[in-house]
Amino acid sequence: MNIVVFVKRVPDTESKIRIHHDTHTVVEEGLNFIISPNDEYGIEEGLRLRQALGGKVTAVSVGGEEALTVLKKGLAMGVDEAVLIKDDLKETYDGLRLARIIAKAVAARFADADMLLFGRMSVGADNAQVPAMTAELLGWPQATVVTKLAVEGTAATAYREIEGAQEKVTFSLPAVVSAQKGLNEPRYETLKGIMAAKRKVIPVVSLAELGLTAEETRPGIEVRKLETPAAKAAGRILTGTPEETAKLLVELLRGEAKVI
Amino acid sequence: MILTFIEIRDGKIKKSSLEALSEAKRRADEMGRPAAAVLVGGEGLAPELQAHGAAKVFVLENAQLDAYSAQGYAMALAELVRETAPAAVFFAASAMGVDLAPRLAARLGVSMASDCTKVAVKDGALEFTRPIYAGKAFLTLALKSSPALATLRPNVFPVAASPVAGEIVKKTADVPQGAVKGRVAEVLCEAGGEIDVAEAEIIVSGGRGLKAPESFALLRELAAILPKAAVGASRAAVDAGWIGHAHQVGQTGKTVSPNLYLALGVSGAIQHLAGMSSSKVIVAVNKDPEAPIFKVADYGIVGDLFQVIPALKDELRKALQE
Repeated sequence: MNIVVFVKRVPDTESKIRIHHDTHTVVEEGLNFIISPNDEYGIEEGLRLRQALGGKVTAVSVGGEEALTVLKKGLAMGVDEAVLIKDDLKETYDGLRLARIIAKAVAARFADADMLLFGRMSVGADNAQVPAMTAELLGWPQATVVTKLAVEGTAATAYREIEGAQEKVTFSLPAVVSAQKGLNEPRYETLKGIMAAKRKVIPVVSLAELGLTAEETRPGIEVRKLETPAAKAAGRILTGTPEETAKLLVELLRGEAKVI
Repeated sequence: MILTFIEIRDGKIKKSSLEALSEAKRRADEMGRPAAAVLVGGEGLAPELQAHGAAKVFVLENAQLDAYSAQGYAMALAELVRETAPAAVFFAASAMGVDLAPRLAARLGVSMASDCTKVAVKDGALEFTRPIYAGKAFLTLALKSSPALATLRPNVFPVAASPVAGEIVKKTADVPQGAVKGRVAEVLCEAGGEIDVAEAEIIVSGGRGLKAPESFALLRELAAILPKAAVGASRAAVDAGWIGHAHQVGQTGKTVSPNLYLALGVSGAIQHLAGMSSSKVIVAVNKDPEAPIFKVADYGIVGDLFQVIPALKDELRKALQE
């Protein structure tokens, strides 16, 4: 089975976000960057499928040279190859632009792929658009927000999370799958893996080499404002015995806040 | 025209779809355009949509669409969009909306706005505001291509009755047999049919302060007393295996905006706060007065939650039975 896993470099979820108001961008100084947590479930699932069915797993990231660190992480976890698709634009928040780049890369470099694996959404842009968009551009079926996956020949079954229930989806390969927490428990890198990842050469492919035109990679989104939420006024601390505070709280929720 | 995709679950219109339609009607009025709605099957539900402002209700039919598939639905919707040329298409940011809207956007070749919490009209065109970094920042954007596709976060936009005399247009969708390569085979409901945190109007959430998985039973009892309440959890509680990940609120879980968020024994790690701080009213109960959760709480109780929760249950029962 030929699997391609897409990974993205994002600010650590523990990070405080600050804004450059003149350029509508996030201040990168002082931020710690990690692989988007959902992407680790994608890598792990690729490795498990390879173990069960044989084949090859390639990790791909679209971004600047800094994204090499998340590809190294994928290699250290055990993927066979990694490729960086070099994109010099910072975050555009445009899922379609990214999906166009990825679909073009798949056609040009991974036309024999059986499955593309993504994280449910990248932490940061919070779009959750790229997997479904890529599937549509390639004409492949999709299973998004997957918590269980089984492959048999060219058929697959996935369970996806919906509100208060699970949806069982059946589809044929090649297909796009996006991974949700619960799908698996991502492995840690091994020392051997980290050493091997260091030696591995990661090919860097430009957008022009993929045959993408400036028109195709122009963002379709105009960013007008980027703001952090206003700090909330201090709340009211209720004091007294547990019975007294509970009584007062219920009165306030009914009378003042009017939420129950 | 602003077109809203209406999701049907168990034969009923989802509330989040009515929220999206209500917002479509408000913005369409502002732009001097009509609002419309599209259903896949379910013609009998059209009057409810007319009561919420849909001057036209399109009902798409095709046996290929009997089971939901993003691929098949996107084909059918793209055809309708090309024929009717709406200025915008709204979806609820429900599990189905999040699966389907980007597929349609790619088919139409347009960029889109996900999980919006505000829609405005600027110079005759729509402008969207949406949380990024799970709510640590807000992005306001315009879409350069038409139609403007957007998913709207559940529980944010009010449902408003707005009866209009309208037209029901039935159409046979052109989805060729064999073109759909994946679809839903079955829906498996969780025992008890729990309400999902993403849709709940009230969330009773627990963290490490609960000390043991059994304590979630206390939260479930509390949630059972409250109307439309779901049980949520912090990442610490989920990672400890105390409750399933579907309940996790925060940057690596779900971002929620309920009317009331009760944080019980949740310290308030930054990635949790990001996921719930847009809740309308926040209550925190924690024994540590320095816990960061108190910084976002409207009402706080510093104390032992194992004493506060039973007292709260009694008071709520009394109050809600009146």
